[in-house]
Amino acid sequence: MNEYLRNLAPNHQVAALFLIVFGVLVIVSTVAFLLTFRERRNPVHDETWQRELLHFLTLLRTTWFMVVVFWIGWALGETVATLLFALISFFALREFITLSPTRRGDHRSLILAFFVVLPIQFWLVATARFDLFTVFIPVYVFLAIPVVSALADDPSHFLERNAKLQWGIMVCVYGMSHVPALLLLSFPGYEGKSAFLVFFLVFVVQTCVLAQHLISRRSTMPSDADAPEPEHKPGLFGKVGRWLFRQEPVAPNVSHSFNWISWAIGMAIASVVGALFSFVTPFKFGQALAVSLIACVAGSMGHLVMKALKRDRGIPNWGQRGVGVTGANGLLDRVDALCFAAPVFFHSVRWYFDA
Amino acid sequence: MLAKFTGWVLLVVIRLLTGAQARWWGCPPKAEQRIYFANHQSHLDLVMIWAALPEELRSITRPIAARDYWANTPFKRWITTEVFNAIYVERGGSAPVPVAETAPAPPTERIDPSFDAVVQTELPLAPPVAEPAPSAAPGSAEALAPLQPLIEALQSGDSIIIFPEGTRGHTGEPQKFKSGLFTLAQMFPEVVLVPAWIDNVQRVMPKGEVVPVPILCSVTFGEPVQLDEGEERRPFLDRAREAVVALRYV
Repeated sequence: MNEYLRNLAPNHQVAALFLIVFGVLVIVSTVAFLLTFRERRNPVHDETWQRELLHFLTLLRTTWFMVVVFWIGWALGETVATLLFALISFFALREFITLSPTRRGDHRSLILAFFVVLPIQFWLVATARFDLFTVFIPVYVFLAIPVVSALADDPSHFLERNAKLQWGIMVCVYGMSHVPALLLLSFPGYEGKSAFLVFFLVFVVQTCVLAQHLISRRSTMPSDADAPEPEHKPGLFGKVGRWLFRQEPVAPNVSHSFNWISWAIGMAIASVVGALFSFVTPFKFGQALAVSLIACVAGSMGHLVMKALKRDRGIPNWGQRGVGVTGANGLLDRVDALCFAAPVFFHSVRWYFDA
Repeated sequence: MLAKFTGWVLLVVIRLLTGAQARWWGCPPKAEQRIYFANHQSHLDLVMIWAALPEELRSITRPIAARDYWANTPFKRWITTEVFNAIYVERGGSAPVPVAETAPAPPTERIDPSFDAVVQTELPLAPPVAEPAPSAAPGSAEALAPLQPLIEALQSGDSIIIFPEGTRGHTGEPQKFKSGLFTLAQMFPEVVLVPAWIDNVQRVMPKGEVVPVPILCSVTFGEPVQLDEGEERRPFLDRAREAVVALRYV
């Protein structure tokens, strides 16, 4: 089987990969759909169960959406893929700006950010100008934005406003543009398979976020479902579970669920999964483990940072009411880990492998 | 055909830039005759609420557009009548009565140094309108004249979208409502009055700018307001305004 896959042309390998992913998704979706008909005898259990299932179904829908997007991107070639990421970056930046208050004087800077900086950055990626695209935003835009802002003649909260804008561009445009940039890395003997690298990164980071989320969710679960928990003797397994899942949050003001244990488990799971997928990458097993770990640490920490930001803006949890006041329905939530992981992953790989 | 196509293109652009999300918080979207009344911060409010309504309601709902802004070029005139299916109203004379009530106070809430030309031409008009106000009781022919196009639209069974503040606000807080809403509520007691809060539009395109910036906007529709038996004009208008402001934080 493995031999057969290796002998396929790169194109067919990618196609096979998508086929497998779609197959798994169809199976999982079918099972989840059938589960919606199931009814628990205990009404309290039933309610929690239904809520969990609903949550899972939303996650599943996001996964479907992302896979389809990637499939379209791959099927239509690198330029379209870059365009696709540019669009995602546009939506993410839109969401970011919506959540950070701007003043009238920022208008021109915002126009610059959306309609000049973003297209140029992705154009630089599409045309493979590596030397320029890594410095364009940190060097040139870093000066351009405050200059335009200063010309608007509004000094109030000047540093704050410009810092927010620069930060938003760094995360949503600079970070995101490193994902399609992976398509352009060239490893010896790995031509035409760069799409795998993008898949690898997205898959590993998504796995890490998902694993961490599920584990920490379990640890916060009892707070809202304390009463119905049946009191039976905790066995060894229960004790281990209790130790694993009853951790205090490290930064409760930022995130109720983040704690080091579940973080470490999430890291470990995602890195191992990444290492197991090393056959689609130009890396060896150990190398894949290392780069996955790097991507996961960057991604999960970035996710935490964005959580702090959301808390500051007064949007504690996206999931609670579905839609925030601004109508920002959480695209940034889905991609923030990727935005932080991609530049770190890109540069460490490029540096180490000299690709 | 061209109008349909333009409308479609416009919708795509608006969705791309602002999301134009409708949040039906207090009532479902329903094909009954309604008066939507919303806060007014930008000329784009009209476009935003138009885009936020579902397709089925858009064809039976007519927004009102200020003639001095939306009819001053042939293109704007075409797009307002053909695409938005809007009703033109004259500004400045629409509500003599509340102006009379607040006349002794200096008109600080209406004047701002950065007001653009449209409002400035309107200001000299305001005092003359205020003078004969006591004689123009609500419901009299004089007071009804500016509302005539709205009355006709309601009589023919359409829903309408109005901005009872009359002019665009600056502070983010809606100004006092003018009496047009009260008059219409009296005349058409069977029409449902739905408050709406349009969020963020002023950030998309501040006054004096021409290029819109992508920022997410939403329109929140609240619980319908009823005119109670024998309710006075001012309390009702204040209550309606409260209903709009309350939607800001839901």
